[in-house]
Amino acid sequence: MALERLFRRRRAQGEARDIPELWAKCPKCDAQIYKKDLEHNLYVCPKCSHHLRMPASKRIEMLADPGSFEETTRLRPTDPLGFVDTEPYPKRLERYQREAGRPDAIVGGRCTIGGVPSILLVMDYAFAGGSMGSVVGEEITRGIEQAAQEERAVVIVAVSGGARMQEAALSLMQMAKTTLALDRLWARRLPYVSILTDPTTGGVTASFAALADVIFAEPGALIGFAGPRVIKQTIRQELPEGFQRAEFLLKHGMVDQVVDRRRLKAQVAQVLGLLHPARVRL
Amino acid sequence: MPLEFEKPIEELESKIAELEGFAASSGVDLSDEIRGLRERLARLKSETFANLSRWERVQIARAPGRPTTLDVIAQLMTDFVELSGDRTFGEDAAVVGGLARFEGSTVVVVGHQKGRDTKENIRRNFAMPHPEGYRKAMRLMDMADRFGRPFIAFIDTPGAYPGISAEERGQAWVIAQSIQRMARLRVPAVAVVLGEGGSGGALAIGVGNRVLIMENAWYSVISPESCAAILWRDAREAAKAAEALKLTAPDLLALGVVDRVIPEPDGGAHRNPQAALANLKQALSETLAELGALSPEALLEDRYRRFRGLGQFLEG
Ligand SMILES: [Zn+2]
Repeated sequence: MALERLFRRRRAQGEARDIPELWAKCPKCDAQIYKKDLEHNLYVCPKCSHHLRMPASKRIEMLADPGSFEETTRLRPTDPLGFVDTEPYPKRLERYQREAGRPDAIVGGRCTIGGVPSILLVMDYAFAGGSMGSVVGEEITRGIEQAAQEERAVVIVAVSGGARMQEAALSLMQMAKTTLALDRLWARRLPYVSILTDPTTGGVTASFAALADVIFAEPGALIGFAGPRVIKQTIRQELPEGFQRAEFLLKHGMVDQVVDRRRLKAQVAQVLGLLHPARVRL
Repeated sequence: MPLEFEKPIEELESKIAELEGFAASSGVDLSDEIRGLRERLARLKSETFANLSRWERVQIARAPGRPTTLDVIAQLMTDFVELSGDRTFGEDAAVVGGLARFEGSTVVVVGHQKGRDTKENIRRNFAMPHPEGYRKAMRLMDMADRFGRPFIAFIDTPGAYPGISAEERGQAWVIAQSIQRMARLRVPAVAVVLGEGGSGGALAIGVGNRVLIMENAWYSVISPESCAAILWRDAREAAKAAEALKLTAPDLLALGVVDRVIPEPDGGAHRNPQAALANLKQALSETLAELGALSPEALLEDRYRRFRGLGQFLEG
């Protein structure tokens, strides 16, 4: 604890910037957790089991069989509308790219999951809150089409604040594009598992993320169409406890299971094993 | 109530009327003055209407008196039978639909429905559907397929309703399902953006082989007010947001999001609904004729290709 404070102070003074924070604090129970331990525990608080946000690259490590992942995402965003709000969209993109270390809010590729040939697509909250613009929509569409061609299952980890405003109507159209692509998969009886993580809202929930054969949600994840702030403004009252959380969605029949992250890989692998054409009969 | 930018026109019009009334009753010859004012009016109109900002078009799209889905059905179709309910939970007056004849042939129609006054607007929830509205739309899509009749959807919503009940009943899920159901239609599907095309709530019935849009309608991922509230942290910056979002019919045509812009009379459809509807009728007629030549498989492929191509990015 003392060590952490020391690091914090140093960083605040602008020194020793390259020394990483060694400790993280659980936002739910305030426990101080050694970061290595947290990572080891898949970013689940060892004290209270709160699921913290997990970096996209760690998601891939967690879900893909070791050594099997081969990245195929490669598209870069552009500025189709010349969008300027308080700053130009290309400026924002540069910053997001620097922060997230990737061209847009998605990473994915071929892999096996429990031995089943799959396409794994993971959204990245670190890039513009996981918002869906042309690149995310196109990568997901290509991933699905590729899965259909190569007889692979599809697994998508969703995390998104919704459609990306700076690509406006083109972002909206990604909802239709990704949804239409799913039919290519279905025609070939290839399974699709959607994993909803904190938060999944807006146009992502209202398109491909809601249309999987099997939908898992992580405990406590905020999932919905409209964001809670918008709803609060519209109805002018407080929202009930647990509203739009994964457990709420389970209760209302929208997801198949709320799955603890530490069991997620096994659970996904089991479903793919039961449904993938090559595995239906053993 | 005139729109803000219509006020100078309205004032000039009433001044002319006043002078004409005075001339008629008093017998004084004011024809020169009146002619002069009429010329000024014509200039003012063409200047105002030819240079509408995006934000002004958004206001036209919302103007009272603009044709709604039921107006379009009443004016352009015959034998309308309204069909209600989602057969699961309830009836949603924010979405209307049913069977009708268009140019003599049976079609299935559905659309968002705004109220013509406050009372009706409240009953119709300002055309913001709950999940049951989209389920009703899907039911009508099933019917179009079963009877092999064209499906026509009219879009006019600020967005799907953002409320507790809607979330509980799976708003995101039904929007996704409605997009998927419409994509699977084996009959010609045409969507027309009549007024407001607010986000996923609009797109849910927007997966047409052709998407048409009225000249002053808007269609985007978010309303200008909400966009301004998020990006400018001030909903009053909606005019700036409207510019940035490129949400007008000509913008969307350039982006490939819509296929055809239906012209409106000067100043917008609310100033002359009959003229606007005549243009809509012609566009619908031509579009249905074109799609009528395609087989069910060709229609599916056509719809896939239409949406598959949307988006702009760079190959890495
Ligand atoms: Zn904790």
